[in-house]
Parts: sequence; structure tokens; C-alpha cells
Amino acid sequence: MRISSDDVKHVAKLAELQFSDKEVKKITPQLDRILKHIAKIRAVNTDNVEHVSLIIDVKNVFREDTPADTVSQEDALKNAPLEEDDGFKVPRID
Amino acid sequence: MRLNHLTAHELKKKMIDKEVSCREVVQSVFSRIEEVDGNVNAYIRVEKDSAIKNADEIDKKISEGEGLRDFSGIPIGIKDNICTKEIATTCASKILENYTPIYNAEVIERLNQQGYILTGKLNMDEFAMGSSSENSFFGPVSNPWDITRVPGGSSGGPAASVAAGEATCSLGSDTGGSIRQPASLCGVVGFKPTYGMVSRNGLVAFASSLDQIGPFTRDMEDCAALLNVVCGHDRHDSTSLDIEKPDYKSFLKDDIRGTKIGVPKELTVKGIDPEVKNAVDSALKIAEDMGAEVEEISLPNLEYALNVYYIIAPSEASSNLSRFDGVRYGFRNKDADTLRNMYRKTRSEGFGDEVKRRIMIGTYCLSAGYYDAYYEKALKVRTLLIKDFNETFSKFDVLISPTSPTTAFKKGEKIDDPMTMYMCDVCTVPANLAGLPAVSIPAGLSASKLPIGLHIMGNVLREDNVIRTAYALEKAIGFKNFPKI
Repeated sequence: MRISSDDVKHVAKLAELQFSDKEVKKITPQLDRILKHIAKIRAVNTDNVEHVSLIIDVKNVFREDTPADTVSQEDALKNAPLEEDDGFKVPRID
Repeated sequence: MRLNHLTAHELKKKMIDKEVSCREVVQSVFSRIEEVDGNVNAYIRVEKDSAIKNADEIDKKISEGEGLRDFSGIPIGIKDNICTKEIATTCASKILENYTPIYNAEVIERLNQQGYILTGKLNMDEFAMGSSSENSFFGPVSNPWDITRVPGGSSGGPAASVAAGEATCSLGSDTGGSIRQPASLCGVVGFKPTYGMVSRNGLVAFASSLDQIGPFTRDMEDCAALLNVVCGHDRHDSTSLDIEKPDYKSFLKDDIRGTKIGVPKELTVKGIDPEVKNAVDSALKIAEDMGAEVEEISLPNLEYALNVYYIIAPSEASSNLSRFDGVRYGFRNKDADTLRNMYRKTRSEGFGDEVKRRIMIGTYCLSAGYYDAYYEKALKVRTLLIKDFNETFSKFDVLISPTSPTTAFKKGEKIDDPMTMYMCDVCTVPANLAGLPAVSIPAGLSASKLPIGLHIMGNVLREDNVIRTAYALEKAIGFKNFPKI
């Protein structure tokens, strides 16, 4: 199985990335080589094997729903590239 | 011996005995930074003014007869993916170039309780993705032993700073070897604790099921002491283990009689540098002479560990890094007319090549039609690998291998060949996949005076075996070298 430049463009769209034609030409063979290498695990027999969900013995971590220290609106907006009326400002939603 | 080359426990003693002041200790580190960091580039940001001020406070406490904790007044550098309140935390990425956290990571709160001195924020591969610290928006880090070579990665800054005397200790993060491999290439101690022992709260997430913070130090005694500080439960991290933590310093015992050491043959890989192999073999011989039992073993699924890792880590990364969208923090492309265009332009301009490559691999492995063949399959092989380890650790106390198949390689040598770069992690990724504690300690120098690292892995929560074995071998090997930079 080979990854094509069309595959690369499709995956880029899913990942909210964009590449120029020149970049697609460079990254396609790199991804192809990596995917070919990692696909070697297909040779392993995993019939009746459960997948790992968490490697440590911790389940459903709950705590009491009591008010505690919280982030102020001012702090939360401190790193905003653009803000307006106490909110994050973004371009038109298409 | 210059102050900036001493260990934290040596400095503590000198400060208590009033042989030196904390200000002198801190100044020795900053003059070293001024002397060599133009070449090493270990630091993204230096915090000299606050450090001197904090040092004077420690000196005042000493003069008032107050006792010192293990890291009171000790100059420590922090990898730049660990959040420091009101101090920029960039992950060595353009996308976070101007990001200033509004809170401290849990490990920083714990160090603050000690009265540590923050020297500055340390350089790294962007978002901790890389094995050479060349993927930094702020330029590559150099290996202090030979500045034409890489320090390893992704915690190249934390490793190089401790090796070069630009910090007494440092904290890094390890997702597939990012503490241990640079420790090996720079000739210092680097420890990755059991998954869940150190809170990840405030560590910028790369691959959440693998990431763990850990210390870089000049010896095992400092390492155990720093583990005592950073380990422990935190309710802000739901994968943090709520268990009683041991006193790691109590494991510093120079006795490995009867210790059962397994040597996985899958980790003595093809292409291993003969000098590295010799150094590991002679360390094993020393262990035998000290009364340990050494046996070559096989873990059949180890040969797939790297493949599994390079599916799981990018998959988790592609999900974790979706938060960088130019809305709430970080860089934003301000020319885009629509939200979607803003996302794409921001991310494409904000992330570097390796980060984009990993997001692409991860997105591919998680996408419709490929999820079962890649991600789900990798999680199943991960189960088999963990089973291999469980069986092995029912018979052995620790597993020993090289940390890295080679000594430090030249800058530029592997950067255009991602798959060859990924092979650097072959010995270190298994510990992350199974959540095991593991350390790299210096095992000697090659003929061309480059450090070689010895890798010691233990079962989950068996830091005791890892620390004891590392401490005993450290004493026997007697590595006391500093780079002549």
C-alpha cells in the first residue's frame, strides 16, 4: 500500500493543515516510508487480545463537586490573540 | 572543582557549613551560562534577576539559622514544555512563542516548596518531538562534549545544561526516551518514573498515555532526592497514582548481590556501535562481579515496540495538538478571512516540519478506514508487550541495555531522514509503552570522548530495584567526567 499525494491532501484537511504542492511532494515519500515501517505490526497475531485503555490501575476518578479555586475571566483572556466584550474574537465562521 | 559542577547534595553541605553562599552558587551557574550558552544554546530564556533575588533570600534564611531542604537554593533549569506562572513557556514552537502560563505546573509548585532557584527555561525539540533537539524554533542545542554534535532529544537543553555546568539539575519530560536518550548522549543521569508517579498537570501534552516528567542530575543521589520532590499524587491529574510514595533516597544502597538482571537480546540491535556494546558488556561484567546474576533473555514483542510507539504517540499528539487553533492562546495568522482558513494558516505557519509530520501520521492512523489497521492494532500489540514484561519481571528484577545504539551523532546527519531518526528511540520506547520506571546512567566515554549511557528498567513501581542497581553500578563505574567546553 502506498500513500498518494491525494491521500496527503485529504489527511491535511482533516488535521486543519495546509501544504503547498512543493511541500506535498516532499512529505509524501516521508510519510510513505514511516507508514510502511509501522505497518509491520500487522504481522502480529492479535486474535482475542484486548486493547490497552490505561496502563495503570486507575478507574473512574471522581471527586466531590465542591467549589474551589477557579480561573478568572481576566486570566483566561490573558493569552488571547484577539478579544472583544470579554470573549475570544475569531473571524467569520464559514 | 568549580561550584557549578558540584551536585545538589554537595552544594547543600557547603551552604550549611557556610563555606559558600547561595548567591555565589547561583552566580557561578549564570557566569557559566554567559560563558558557554552562545555555543550550547541550552536555554530559551534565562531568569537571572529573580534567581539572584531568590538566592539572597535563601542566604538570609541560612544566616537566621533556618535549615535547608534538599533543593533549597539549588539552581535548576526547567524544560520549556513545563508551565511556569508568568514566565513564557514556548515548547520551542512558534505557535507558543508568546504564551505566558497563568498557573504553575504541579512539579513547579513542589519545587517552590523546596525553595529552589529557577535558572531559566530549557531548549528542546518542538513539542518534545524529536531525538536530536534540532527541531527547535529557537535553534538547535549543541552537545557540550562536541558542539558539532547533537545532545539527543527531545530534552536536549535539560541534558546539555546539566552536563555543561549551566544548571545543577533540571527537569525534562519523557514520552519515548526524551529524558534518557539525551542523558546518555550528554553523560548525565536521566530518570523516567513509573507512569502516574509524577503529575502531568502543567506539562504541555504530547502523548498523554506515555508522557512523564523526570529529573536530570549528575548522580543517583541527587536523582533520588529530586524524585522525592516531584513524585506524589495530584488531584489535578486523573492519571496520577493515589498511593503512598516511598523515600527514594532509602534505595541508595550499594548492594546488588542476588539481583537478577535480564539482558533483552532484542535491544542489542543491529547497527549498534561496538564501543557502546563493549561499555554495556563491561558494566554487566561489573554487576556479575558484585554478585548479580546476569542472563540474556528474549521478549518476542519487543521488536514491534518502535512500530507501536510511532502509531500511538503521533495519534495521541494529533488529538492533543488540535487545541492549538489560534483562538485562546498562542500565535494567530491575522490575515485569514474565515475561521477555517484562520485555523489552517495558523497551524501551518505555527508548527514546524516534524510536528506537522507527526500530526499527519496520527491523523492518518485515526482516520476512517485505517483506525482498526493502525491505532486499534497498535493498542493490542501494546497489550502483548506489557504481557511480555509482566512475565519477564516475574523472574528478573531489572533489565539492562544500551540507552542509545550510538553515541552523539553529527548535527544535520539524520534530520532529513525521519525514519532513521526514529530508530534512535529503539531501546527507550518500551518503558513508556508499559509505564515502567527506567534510568540512563553514564557508562563511560568512547575513544573520541563521547559519553555512553547504560539503560536500567524495572517493573511498574519498582523504582527501588532501578535506583539500587543504578547506584551500585554508578559507584563501581566511577564516571566523573565533564566536557571541556
